[in-house]
Amino acid sequence: MPIDPQVLERHGLTSDEYVRLVALLGREPNMTELGIFSVMWSEHCSYKSSRVHLRTLPTEGPQVLQGPGENAGAVDVGGGLAAVFKIESHNHPSFIEPYQGAATGVGGIIRDIFTMGARPIALLNSLRFGDLDAPGTARLLDGVVSGIAGYGNSIGIPTIGGEIAFEPVYAGNPLVNVFCLGIAPAAEIVKGIASGAGNPVYYVGAKTGRDGIHGATMASAEFDDRSAEKRPAVQVGDPFMEKLLLEACLEVMKTDALVGIQDMGAAGLTCSTAEMGARGGAGIEIDVALVPQRETGMTPYEIMLSESQERMLLVARRGREAEVERVFEKWDLHAVRIGEVTADGMLRVRAHGTVVAEIPNRALTDEAPIYHRPASPPEYLAAAQQLDLDADARRRPSPNDALRSLLGSPTIGSKRWVYRQYDHMVRTNTIVLPGAGAGVVRLKGTDRALAISLDGNGRYCYLDPRQGAMLAVAEAARNVACAGARPLAATNCLNFGNPERPAIMWQFAEAVQGIGAACRALDVPITGGNVSLYNETDGRAIYPTPVIGVVGLLEHADRALTRSFSGSGDLIVLLGEGRGELGGSEYLKVTQGLVRGRPPALDLAAERALQLLLVELAEARLIRSAHDCSDGGLAVALAECCFDTQGTGAEIAIDAPGAAREAALDTAAALFGESASRAIVSTTGDALAGILARAASRGVPARVIGQTGGSAIRIAVAGVTAIDLAVDDAEQIWIAAVTRHLTKHAA
Amino acid sequence: MRFGIVVFPGSNCEEDALHAARDLFGQDADYLWHKDADLKGADVVVLPGGFAHGDYLRTGAMAPFSPVMGPVREFAARGGPVLGICNGFQILLEAGLLPGAMLRNRGLKYRCEHVHLRVERTDTPFTRAARQGQVLRIPIGHGEGNYFAPPDALAAIERNRQVVLRYTDAAGRLADAANPNGSVNAIASVCSASGNVVGMMPHPERACEPLLRGEDGRVIFESIIDWFRSAGRRALQPSVGAP
Amino acid sequence: MRARVFVTLKPSVFDPQGRTIAEALHALGYAGVEEVRQGKYFELDLATTEAAQARALAADVADRLLANPVIESYRIEVAD
Repeated sequence: MPIDPQVLERHGLTSDEYVRLVALLGREPNMTELGIFSVMWSEHCSYKSSRVHLRTLPTEGPQVLQGPGENAGAVDVGGGLAAVFKIESHNHPSFIEPYQGAATGVGGIIRDIFTMGARPIALLNSLRFGDLDAPGTARLLDGVVSGIAGYGNSIGIPTIGGEIAFEPVYAGNPLVNVFCLGIAPAAEIVKGIASGAGNPVYYVGAKTGRDGIHGATMASAEFDDRSAEKRPAVQVGDPFMEKLLLEACLEVMKTDALVGIQDMGAAGLTCSTAEMGARGGAGIEIDVALVPQRETGMTPYEIMLSESQERMLLVARRGREAEVERVFEKWDLHAVRIGEVTADGMLRVRAHGTVVAEIPNRALTDEAPIYHRPASPPEYLAAAQQLDLDADARRRPSPNDALRSLLGSPTIGSKRWVYRQYDHMVRTNTIVLPGAGAGVVRLKGTDRALAISLDGNGRYCYLDPRQGAMLAVAEAARNVACAGARPLAATNCLNFGNPERPAIMWQFAEAVQGIGAACRALDVPITGGNVSLYNETDGRAIYPTPVIGVVGLLEHADRALTRSFSGSGDLIVLLGEGRGELGGSEYLKVTQGLVRGRPPALDLAAERALQLLLVELAEARLIRSAHDCSDGGLAVALAECCFDTQGTGAEIAIDAPGAAREAALDTAAALFGESASRAIVSTTGDALAGILARAASRGVPARVIGQTGGSAIRIAVAGVTAIDLAVDDAEQIWIAAVTRHLTKHAA
Repeated sequence: MRFGIVVFPGSNCEEDALHAARDLFGQDADYLWHKDADLKGADVVVLPGGFAHGDYLRTGAMAPFSPVMGPVREFAARGGPVLGICNGFQILLEAGLLPGAMLRNRGLKYRCEHVHLRVERTDTPFTRAARQGQVLRIPIGHGEGNYFAPPDALAAIERNRQVVLRYTDAAGRLADAANPNGSVNAIASVCSASGNVVGMMPHPERACEPLLRGEDGRVIFESIIDWFRSAGRRALQPSVGAP
Repeated sequence: MRARVFVTLKPSVFDPQGRTIAEALHALGYAGVEEVRQGKYFELDLATTEAAQARALAADVADRLLANPVIESYRIEVAD
């Protein structure tokens, strides 16, 4: 087949990229080589649009053992242990086939963790769907949740938390971001590296079929109405095979017969051979005829580009082959030798001995194109940022009604229907169950525990991507601190539209700047992550949605905190200050149908002080619960503190912030404003002085706003009772927020 | 005493069972690989939770054919205590060591949550430290825990008092809303006619520590440890072919 | 020869998946679908060329592994 513009277009390559390719190769490529270049130079594998921006992120710190560039990042968690973690997107496959798309997303991120030599101990996920009442959303939600459950539950890794939001912009492009964390001895982290000429290259796991060919290029293209035709490109997951691979690979790593290992994820055999070779400064030569195949008549092109799941590529030490093979045989897996490491830095592919592709590894990796794409602010922005509360907020629901509406909105409401489908207790480490705050897992054999939170607010980022991204980092770190854990490091999943449009590129660049600033200030370096671009359907982009995962460390697992009050008679203390900021809030969206204004201000120094204070108070056992104020503001946070307590109420008095001219609106701003850097903590009377003193020494505003007790949530604003709602009634609304939208049986 | 915890390919709660037996109760505990030909001197055999062989045909369908199940059957026949938890229960059903079968949960969804269980029998090796009618709060985590037996078999199970635990509300009352999976007669656990083989869908090993906010599972481990102290190996019939 | 084994829940056993599918079909307007029973289907490629042998082998396999006699029954078809 001649390589003409149509062929290039089908491979997602531009004519300029083709010219570059020919120059690097020194000749015209054959079809197999073209296919290999196309997947390695796709946005998904090469980060060609995002790389110049990602380089600006802080990635270093004394706690960082492994930054970006490997299969996952790693941080030191003390006691000679490393936490290995990463987040990844599986948005496009999940839209095309929700169950398998989500399931294989989970499978992929688990492989990224255990290839580092870490035993996976926790999964989380961050999901975005269209309006839950819109046609198709319930089916997508059900499929995605079932897929995550089906894979994670089978393999025996608990899904301990996450977040879900529903916004109309995600209707045609849901987001499925999955996070996995594993634990490894810090000295035994394994890398995806090929070195030592003559060392054998093994293939192990599922056989190769034609599934997912061009998955990597699909993940880098916008959706349109022809997407349905691409259905065969979605892979089917086999969690049992993955469980065998997980156990066998961890067992092989205990020997020192292994040089390096990488999973065959996006772009399959191509990406794993090229990347492992490039990292080790070596070459890899394989013969595709030796690759175990599920289908007959597969061409070298198809074998190299297949994205069949649950496959690993590993390099063993020469002379130690029998040890490696024996471990895999024990697990009824067959490690097949398909080639060897060479010294010439080439990816050389043979078919029954004949060379069918020969490309310098660096041409596929380091020499991939890098773009400084043009960026300019979107046209909608200036108008969307304008908010005059008194003029724009036209409805005046009573504060009680507004709180009911917010608690009953699927984004804020309980996700119990979701997380009870996930095995969140297997491995018996989960000490804070889903729905109670950050996920917390203890580390057996130590006193320590890790807290993990995933956060992102697309609406904030739509209104101000830099500010929204900063707030996402702050919220994830704050949630971890509320559990009593010191934030250690972060991973990010950047979900954006088509980067070839300057407005999208601007959103991306701004968001990365915001993430960098917040991570630096809060001392949570980015250790890795994933970029998902082209999240558009028929030219309409999603909200720019950076999702941040923060991992924090508790020195004492038994001091972990949840959001729930501990009983009656405790004092309730507000740390931080509300300024009545309603821009971009859930309140404006749910009660007014408005997505406007600027997201809340963020003083990073104040945020840092608050987080350090929370960790200190938990460590000193001065507080009995802690909860961050974010979506829905103080009123929603306070209601959540009352939930799961068997009906313990609270009596609160706060001031009016002066955010609106009209008193009713100002009350709403006090109750539902989403000012950052706030937390609600509860404590016994005798600990109060200690709390106030420590807060004062860190410069964090702190004052008693009420106490727990009774069976109602009562909040007075400026001396006038605004909220008076029975906890039981509020909790019922909150629990039914998702299920009331689902069919009888799904619920 | 020595716990033998059987590991099938796809088991995933074996570490939890080992952690409970060894770290929390100070007992000797080790894994038995499914291809093992003997029980390595185990005093109690635990079939842990998970998805043995992927549970691809039916839950627990393939595990009965593993080599280790021969010695397990023989051990059970001699009166040795055998506990199947979750997938282990499903395997014991498929192996014919316990009566009945499992169907998909009534709601079709996997359910992971704490449930309440009423103790119906206190004369099995795994419940002797519990009180009759005691209500335990222990987590479940399964998609196929909807226990079923044909009417005549069910009548025999009830008549022989082979029901060990039933799903109830917190007060120990039977209630449809307290039955998480639709099990017939709210059955969460059954035992063999002789009582030494017990299968249960709830996970006692997930409720043995204050850090996990529940300790009601301890009674299952305390029972078997107490059984071993008072009866132990003397309770076993001599094995076939033993001198 | 090829043997096809169809495994279904016995009529007396409640089939929640089948019921859910039936209700979904009713919601889609297929009032004429009265009941749905979900089952499993296996294709066995057998070395034998004798239909009787094929049937006996398939029945043995179904009894031993493919079906659980407590809740399931099966039916076998044999073809070239």
